[in-house]
Amino acid sequence: MTAEQIIFILTGALVLGSGLMVVTVRNLLHAALWLVASLFGVAILYAILQANFLAVVQVVVYIGAIAVLFIFAVMLTRRELMEKGRQTRPNRWLPALLGLLILSGLVVLILSVPGVENTAAALPAGLDTVRALGTALVSPDAYVVPFEVASVLMLAALVGAVYVATAEKK
Amino acid sequence: MSIPLSWYLILAAALFCIGLYGVLSRKNAIAILLGVELMLNAVNINLVAFWRYLNPAQMAGQAFAVIVFAVAAAEVAVGLALIISVYRRRKTVVADEIDLMKW
Repeated sequence: MTAEQIIFILTGALVLGSGLMVVTVRNLLHAALWLVASLFGVAILYAILQANFLAVVQVVVYIGAIAVLFIFAVMLTRRELMEKGRQTRPNRWLPALLGLLILSGLVVLILSVPGVENTAAALPAGLDTVRALGTALVSPDAYVVPFEVASVLMLAALVGAVYVATAEKK
Repeated sequence: MSIPLSWYLILAAALFCIGLYGVLSRKNAIAILLGVELMLNAVNINLVAFWRYLNPAQMAGQAFAVIVFAVAAAEVAVGLALIISVYRRRKTVVADEIDLMKW
């Protein structure tokens, strides 16, 4: 077992362990903090996969913006569910069963695909992945249209979120 | 790079199913969105792993992952704004009790 595999297993345990805490822990603020741990593990996975730009974006956008937004929302709404009652639906073995079923189905499916045990070849010499991604996102014969659509979507979401969350004056 | 592709795919599948469990079992609407975030991250792990293992010179996988980031950010912004708006009117964040459109 190589050092890389050991790092992967530790990171995977971090991602899945804190993911389980996110869906089971009672206090929602703690759940949001566990989400930060899980997302950080995913950033480490991106780094292992040599997707440098995505590893940084994962930390900046997911942990820096989305997780903080969740913590804000939890603090703005918490109160009642904190003290009284349970956080989960009454028959929660049903979702657990469904999740396990889908997981086992996916694992069988993944292991039956030919070539899935391959390890990755080294990156082509001289390939700068950050530069290549930047070029691909703005070049007309690559992904400039999805990129622009995403930016319009972000703008619409921004305006929509501000409009929906603003208190109405009465 | 001594890690088989299947390790990443199985990890992503497990993370997806954990997120699915969270979405289906939680009562609080914010907790449901937390589950959705886990599922989106599982998808992203898959995209980046396929990019690295199949054709790293072609940036399709990473470009897709960037789009998923943008959509996830938009989804969280609008979703949380809706939850806060509903909370302001109905004083609840329990998904079962938000039934304004049910008749």
